[in-house]
Amino acid sequence: MDIDTKIQIQNLNVFAKDQQILKNINISIPKNKITVILGPSGCGKTTLLKCMNRLTDLYPELKVTGNIFINNQDILQAGEDINNLRQKMGLLSQRPYPLPMNIYNNIAYGLKLTGIHKRRELNRKVVSYLQLAALWDEVKGRLREPASRLSIGQQQRLCLARGLAVNPEIILADEPTSALDPISSKSIEEQFIKLKQDYSIVLVTHIIRQARRIADHVIFMYLGEVIEEGPVSEIFDHPKMEKTKQYMSGAFN
Amino acid sequence: MLVSLLLVAALPFLLFTGLYLKSFLLIHDYHLSDLLFSKEWKPASGKFGFYPFIIGSIWVTLLAMVISAPICMLTAIYVTQYTKKTMLRILHPAIDILAGIPSVVYGLWGILVIVPFISKYLGPLFGVKTMGYSILAAALVLSIMIIPFILNIIIEIFKSIPIELKEASLSLGATQWETIKHVLFKKALPGIIAAHGFGLARAFGETMAVMMVVGNVVKLPHGVFDPGYTLPALIANNYGEMMSIPRYDAALMFAALILLVVSFFFNLIMHFFIARYNKY
Ligand SMILES: Nc1ncnc2c1ncn2[C@@H]1O[C@H](COP(=O)(O)OP(=O)(O)OP(=O)(O)O)[C@@H](O)[C@H]1O
Ligand SMILES: [Mg+2]
Repeated sequence: MDIDTKIQIQNLNVFAKDQQILKNINISIPKNKITVILGPSGCGKTTLLKCMNRLTDLYPELKVTGNIFINNQDILQAGEDINNLRQKMGLLSQRPYPLPMNIYNNIAYGLKLTGIHKRRELNRKVVSYLQLAALWDEVKGRLREPASRLSIGQQQRLCLARGLAVNPEIILADEPTSALDPISSKSIEEQFIKLKQDYSIVLVTHIIRQARRIADHVIFMYLGEVIEEGPVSEIFDHPKMEKTKQYMSGAFN
Repeated sequence: MLVSLLLVAALPFLLFTGLYLKSFLLIHDYHLSDLLFSKEWKPASGKFGFYPFIIGSIWVTLLAMVISAPICMLTAIYVTQYTKKTMLRILHPAIDILAGIPSVVYGLWGILVIVPFISKYLGPLFGVKTMGYSILAAALVLSIMIIPFILNIIIEIFKSIPIELKEASLSLGATQWETIKHVLFKKALPGIIAAHGFGLARAFGETMAVMMVVGNVVKLPHGVFDPGYTLPALIANNYGEMMSIPRYDAALMFAALILLVVSFFFNLIMHFFIARYNKY
């Protein structure tokens, strides 16, 4: 595995009962970059993301074959240690799903899972991750309120903070701004650009302009296949494949 | 529309008033605390102590809940979190059939199976001599009757939790069990309380099946192997008979009034708990 590669996916196939959702995927996700997965609805972006932290386990109807190497360890072969491996990847989903707890415990829950139990350390870390996700100023007086009382945009930043709190190396984000207003979306995008110094970010989106704004590396998918992969300038300005050209010009939407 | 709505809303009040007026004769002549806490039930000599019936009802109901609650919780968690969907598909019709069986059938089954089982095996196992007709028999029959109702609701509640919540917890590094315990259970808690409340209310009011196996002996039970008597059974067994005894009629109405008031307060408490845990 290349030193600059964080995730290496080889011959990944995902089968559902009567269709193949992902077809022979071979890609590498670079370290400390924002990799954007682009593609029309239903092409398998979410499924690809869920393979990376093995959330596909929750769907027994899916059969996954191939290899996904993260730090030279094959995630798909992992056994009992899958819980610890998942911790290396923070997940941000399409809509925020705060845990059924107060704001403080939404962050503390993950911290406790990493073995931190001392009250003072918990307090300190909760504050620092809320700050990292640019949420602290808005919630500092109301940490004991249910997280569900926050606005959707605030909830999404809470979910980001929650994901960062377990100290991951990778952030997997599945259209994290699709339910947000433009200002909240911008805030999340800005966070990502800051966070890529310390994390490798995989972002699924079908907003082409968003991809252009923040991507370093782009993967274009269509009907379960990776059509083209490369640096953002290449994919956007000099796409090799006809399909990519069509998609970038908005022909699919 | 509005009229029917008002009618439905007024119904509990009408019921209450009706029962109150009908039992007025009793309430007027006795102290409320005597009626509720006296152990002596001798209608012919004018002694109306409801305590044995109240205690009998409480024992039977609580014991039924203690038996059915863990079964329902574990089954619901198991079928929604640990097995494939086909298990649910098998379980659902079974639950629906159980829920549809008339209570007299459960009562018969209790007489044929549970009562002898208790007198022959369970009693001797604990060194107790028992006829089998007992608080325990009633509780067992009751728990089997209410399990399908409670279980159905809890399964639906667990199924309605978005899978993304589970994904969120797992992706933080939690195990399946940690996720169930700290996240899914918490999310489901208001519904779980409501489900058990519903089951408890049914158990408390169940008449026929309980009456057939509880023994119907007016005595304070000292253990689960003792026979007992419940409020609904008191009404069902005696209404229409012995009405020549003065105030007997009013006494049965008073029993019904107790049932109504208890279920009212019970509902109130349940709503309080649901509201309390529903904020997430
Ligand atoms: N558990 C499953 N069982 C069967 N088919 C599935 C399952 N999950 C996904 N699929 C199918 O796989 C295909 C890809 O789904 P996926 O959610 O990965 O697409 P997507 O690119 O994320 O789409 P969108 O942009 O709409 O979110 C779809 O046709 C979907 O119906
Ligand atoms: Mg998707």
